[in-house]
Amino acid sequence: MEEKPAIITVSNLVKKYDDFTAVNHISFSVQEGEIFGLLGPNGAGKTTTLEIMETLRDKTSGKVIINGFDLDQSPAAIKRIIGVQLQAAGYYPNLNLTELIELFSGLYGVPANPMQLLEKVALTDKAKARYKALSGGQKQRFSIATTLINQPKIIFLDEPTTGLDPQARRNLWDLILDIRQSGTTVVITTHYMDEAEVLCDRVAFIDSGNIIGINTPDHFIDELVASGFERTKEVKKANLEDVFIHLTGKAWREG
Amino acid sequence: MQYSNTKATLAMAKASFRSILRSPSAVVFSLAFPLVFIVAFGFIKGGGVKVDVGVDKASNPDNPVYSILKHTMVLHLVEDQTEDEMQKNLQRGHLDAIINIQKNTTGTPYTVAVQYTKASPDKKQVLSSLLHNILYKLNSKALQTPEPVAKLEEASIQGREYKSIDFILPGQLGFSLLSSGVFGTAFVFLSLRLTLVIKRFFATPVKRSSIVLGEALARIGFSLIGALFIIVLGHYVFGFTLIHGIVTVLNLLILSAIGLIVFMGFGFAVSGIARNESSVPPIANIITLPQFLLSGTFFSISVFPTWLQYISKALPLTYLNEAMRNVAFDGASLFDVRQQLLILLLWGVAIYALAVKVFKWE
Repeated sequence: MEEKPAIITVSNLVKKYDDFTAVNHISFSVQEGEIFGLLGPNGAGKTTTLEIMETLRDKTSGKVIINGFDLDQSPAAIKRIIGVQLQAAGYYPNLNLTELIELFSGLYGVPANPMQLLEKVALTDKAKARYKALSGGQKQRFSIATTLINQPKIIFLDEPTTGLDPQARRNLWDLILDIRQSGTTVVITTHYMDEAEVLCDRVAFIDSGNIIGINTPDHFIDELVASGFERTKEVKKANLEDVFIHLTGKAWREG
Repeated sequence: MQYSNTKATLAMAKASFRSILRSPSAVVFSLAFPLVFIVAFGFIKGGGVKVDVGVDKASNPDNPVYSILKHTMVLHLVEDQTEDEMQKNLQRGHLDAIINIQKNTTGTPYTVAVQYTKASPDKKQVLSSLLHNILYKLNSKALQTPEPVAKLEEASIQGREYKSIDFILPGQLGFSLLSSGVFGTAFVFLSLRLTLVIKRFFATPVKRSSIVLGEALARIGFSLIGALFIIVLGHYVFGFTLIHGIVTVLNLLILSAIGLIVFMGFGFAVSGIARNESSVPPIANIITLPQFLLSGTFFSISVFPTWLQYISKALPLTYLNEAMRNVAFDGASLFDVRQQLLILLLWGVAIYALAVKVFKWE
């Protein structure tokens, strides 16, 4: 893979809560236009790392440069060029999707076309619906729509597919790939390795606040196979999820 | 493109205003609740004493005493009850007296017999002196007695009638501002914090001051519209006194805004102290209920014993109510109520100092 310029550079990042070290001297960089995955078990420090880059959490030490802006000096400039989807965030109560997008466009200080944005995430028919009334997949798609309002260079997605059914998960993958296609860099965390394999150009494995390895998914798999690893069960040409999709249809379903 | 804090603040205010309009509790607290009280008290006419007098069936209605009694405003003559019912009602105090007027065949032309009850001694006083007065006049006219020893001259000065609405409306308005400021603000900021709405806002370039200011603008806007509605309705339907007309309305709205800003400070503090949504009402009630009862919302604080009046005189709503009544009924200017405003301001400084300490963003 050719080396593109880094849009995010994280060096020696440390985050301590009292005596607990959530993030322990990690360094990595994200290249422009790629989908970069942060993988690891719960409590490994993925979300903390993400929220520090999103300017939502103070770091203990280390350096973070995003699109040339130093996090310490210009957090406001960084906020303007990133889009953020939080794990389990809610939206302003009693407003419909169109009004929520208008609110965010005011907060970002950019003009927005709510219908156009909703069309991107296939929610035009829900324009007058409240966020609460959406299904799980629709909620996540709307969250992603709100990350695109300021036409960001980078979007951060924290476990966007957790809790979704297979169809909803797959159409979210299509959406994320579309967004990358239009030139936006994506940083994503997930617990699903099949998802990381499909989406991510490169992944970083984090455990107990340390990075264990960064590379392409293929590289990690080849490396493991070369070491003599074999699955205990022979892999068939389809798995149960393929059966699920085959039986229940690939169309977008709104549960 | 330059980032505009003003635009962000206005976007925040617009969203919040829409949200308030669609939240049933805001509408109930700010409009329905005060209106129910105003309507209930608005229909209680001018107060004053009424004496319920049963007229014995055996009475002869065709006499001068009866016709005078019938046209006496203070008396309410009850004539459709049986003798038994009248006696029972007299015992319970539902009737204050039973009167029987008989035409005599000899001696004085009429005898007026009155039965009072121990159940309403104060009404007995009223009726008794009234009857003495009426009979004295009748008697002296009939006998053509000479000039009495002393002559009574009575005169009333021209005054404004202080209607119950003039007392109730400012009190209800003040209390509605208090509940909206405390409950509304506390619930909104707590729920925005708990549902991570504010966290998501922080990922945008918006300033914290824009979020607070936007919310405040929306709440003030909504409450002033509510206040205007209550004042106008009170004026046209129940005759609420607005001594200088539109100027008085504007002064009342300015007072409302000042009061609300102070009360919102309590709301900010409550949202910081409360851990979850169910702990908001108990804390907020500790702030609002004593003021509901003790700040002269329903009755003047002068009816309280002295020690209780000291507490009343420490509460901010007391001063907002006082200022509003002075402005609406006495035509005081905002400068005339500076003392009340100063005390409100002191409360404001104290409560915002606390709010800044306990307020939590996440």
